[in-house]
Amino acid sequence: MMNFVKRRPLLSGGLLLFLMIVLALAFPIVRETQQAVVVRFGKPVRIINAYDPVNPIGGSGAGLAWRIPFAENIVWIDKRVLDVDMDRQPVLSTDQRRLEVDAFARYRIVDPLLLYITVRSEERLSEALRPILGSQVRNELGKVPFVALLSPERRGVMEDVRTGLNQIARQYGAEIVDVRIKKADLPDGTPLQSAFERMRTAREQEARSIRAEGAKRAQIIRAEADADAARTYAASFGQDPAFYDFYRAMQSYQTTFLGENGEPPAATSIILSPDNDYLKKFSGR
Amino acid sequence: MSIFSGLGGRASGLFSDIKGPWGPKGSGDEPSEPTRGPWADSSGQGKRGTAQPGSNVSSLDEFLRKSRARWGGGSGGGGGLGRPNASMIVWGIVGLAVLWVIFTSFHSIAPEQRGVVTRFGRYVDTMGPGINLTLPAPIHRVEKIDVNNIRTIDLGSATGEDLMLTGDQNIIDIAYSVRWNIRDPEHYMFEIARPDETIRQVAESAMRAVVSGVTLDEAIGDRRSEIEAEVTQMMQRILNSYRAGVTIQGVAIKKADPPKAVNDAFKDVSAAQQDAQRFINASRAYAQQLSQRAQGEATAFDRIYEQYRLAPEVTRRRMYYETMERVLANVDKTIVETPGVTPYLPLNQVTKQTQRVQEPGQ
Repeated sequence: MMNFVKRRPLLSGGLLLFLMIVLALAFPIVRETQQAVVVRFGKPVRIINAYDPVNPIGGSGAGLAWRIPFAENIVWIDKRVLDVDMDRQPVLSTDQRRLEVDAFARYRIVDPLLLYITVRSEERLSEALRPILGSQVRNELGKVPFVALLSPERRGVMEDVRTGLNQIARQYGAEIVDVRIKKADLPDGTPLQSAFERMRTAREQEARSIRAEGAKRAQIIRAEADADAARTYAASFGQDPAFYDFYRAMQSYQTTFLGENGEPPAATSIILSPDNDYLKKFSGR
Repeated sequence: MSIFSGLGGRASGLFSDIKGPWGPKGSGDEPSEPTRGPWADSSGQGKRGTAQPGSNVSSLDEFLRKSRARWGGGSGGGGGLGRPNASMIVWGIVGLAVLWVIFTSFHSIAPEQRGVVTRFGRYVDTMGPGINLTLPAPIHRVEKIDVNNIRTIDLGSATGEDLMLTGDQNIIDIAYSVRWNIRDPEHYMFEIARPDETIRQVAESAMRAVVSGVTLDEAIGDRRSEIEAEVTQMMQRILNSYRAGVTIQGVAIKKADPPKAVNDAFKDVSAAQQDAQRFINASRAYAQQLSQRAQGEATAFDRIYEQYRLAPEVTRRRMYYETMERVLANVDKTIVETPGVTPYLPLNQVTKQTQRVQEPGQ
C-alpha cells in the first residue's frame, strides 16, 4: 500500500479526499433543532431525531447519524415551534359589525414523514396553513356577537379555532400549539370615525353632567346655609317679636337715611308733621 | 471556517512529512540514491513525452525528494541543517494541536452566562458559571448565553398611534414595553424558532386580550398596574406553553391615552370637574359668610335684648331718640304746623330753596 502511495501521490491524495467526503456524507450531524427524513432514491426510509413530546431535547435522536452516501438523501425539517402569521382579515360578527383581525398560530411538526409526503417542506406547510387559519378565524369569530369578538379568549372561541385548525394540520403532520389574536381593530373610515364620535359625545355628556352635578351641589349648599341662617335668626329674634320689630326698624332707618358702610345716601328731605311722635314734645305735652 | 482549513493544511502537512520516513523504510535497506533514480528517470525521459506537463510533477518530486533527504539524512547522520527544521515543524504541529485542545476544552463561563454544550449537535448539558471542561471543539461545542441580561422590547409607537379596543368598545392609544430574560438557555435555543418575534407577538396578543377586558377609564386611570401584572402573567403562561425558556420580568405601560381625535372631549371632562369644584367652593364661601353674619346679628340682638329686658321702656325710648337723632341730623327737614296743608306745599321749591341755601355754604 505504501508503495502505491509512493508511486501515485496524486491519485492517493484524491482517494483520500474522496474518502473524507464519503465519511462526511455517511455521518451527518443532526442538530437539536432539526428533524431529518432520510430519503433513499426518493423513498423516505427512516426519520432521525423525530419530535418526542415527552423528552423534547437532549434525547437520543440528535447528534451523529449515518446514511448510505449518495444513495440516501436527507430532508431537514424544523423541530422547533414555528409560527404562521395570518393576513389581516375582516370579520363580520352576528350583529353585522365589522372588525379587522390579525391572528397568528404556533405549530410544531410532530410527524416529519407525513409532512414530507404531503408538502415536502415546512415553508410550504406554512403557505398551506395560512389561508386555512384565515378562514377558520373568520368562521369561528363570525358565530359570535361583536361584544364577544373583543375578547374571544374568554368564550373559548380561540380554542375552537385551534381545534378546527389542528384537524387540518394533523393531515400534514403538524400540531397546532396555539392560535391567538394579535390585533382586533375597527376598520378605518366610517366605523372608526363613528366610534370616535360616540366616544366624543359620551365625554361631552359626562362633562355636562359633571358641571350640572357641581351646580346642584353648590345650590344645595347655599340653600342649607340660608336655612341655617334663618334658624339662627328665628331662635334669637323669636324671643320678643315686638322688640325685634322695633330694633330692626331702628337699624333700617339708620341704614336708609345714613347709608351703609360709609356710603352717603341720596339727598333726602323729610317733611314732618308736629303730630309726629318724635316732635310731640314740641307742643310741650 | 478558517480554523478548519488551517487544521486541514496542518494535517496534510503532517501526513506528507510522515510519508517521508516510511518511504525509505518500506523500500528496505537500499540506499537512497537508487530510489531517487527511477523517479527522476520516469519524469525526465520515460512515459511522459513533453517536459511541460511534467513540470508540475517534477516540483512535487522536488518536494518529496527534499523531505526524503531530510529524513534520510537524519538516519544517516548526514545533514546537520535539516534535523532541527524537521523537529521544529513536528513540535510546532503538536504544540498547535495542544493549544487547540486547551482552547476548545476549557470554557470560562462568566457569572451571568450559561454554556449550552452540544455533542455533534445533540444537547448534552448546560454549564454553570466557572471553568468547565469538555471534549475539544469538533466533538463538543459550547454556546455561551447571557441569562442575566434583561432585554426590552418596545411595542406600540410612542410617537404615533397604536389603537386598541377596550371592553366598553372604546378606543385607546397605547404604548408599552416588555422586559424579559432567558431562563432556560437550552429551551431558548432549541425549542422555538425566532424567539424575539415570538415574544413580540405574544406580548401584543396578551395586551390586547387584557385591554379588551377592562373599560377605557380603567385602562387610562387606576387599573394600569393591574393590567401590567395581568399581561405579564398571561405572557408567561403562553410562553411556558411554547417551552420558550424565557422569563417575563415585567410589562410597563408607557402611554395609555384616548386617541388624538377625541382628546379635546376628554380634556373637557377634566375641565368640567374643575368647574364643578369651583361652583361648590364658591357656594361654600357664601355659606360661611352667611352663617357668620347670621350668628353675629343674632348675638348682637341677644345682647341688646338682655339689657332691654331689664328696663324695656327706657331702653326703647333711648334707642328711638338716638336713632332719630342720627337720622334727622343728616337730612333736610321741613316741619308743617297746620294740618291739611301738606298736600299743597310746593315741594320742588322747598327742595331748590334748600339747595340754594346750601350752595354758598359749600
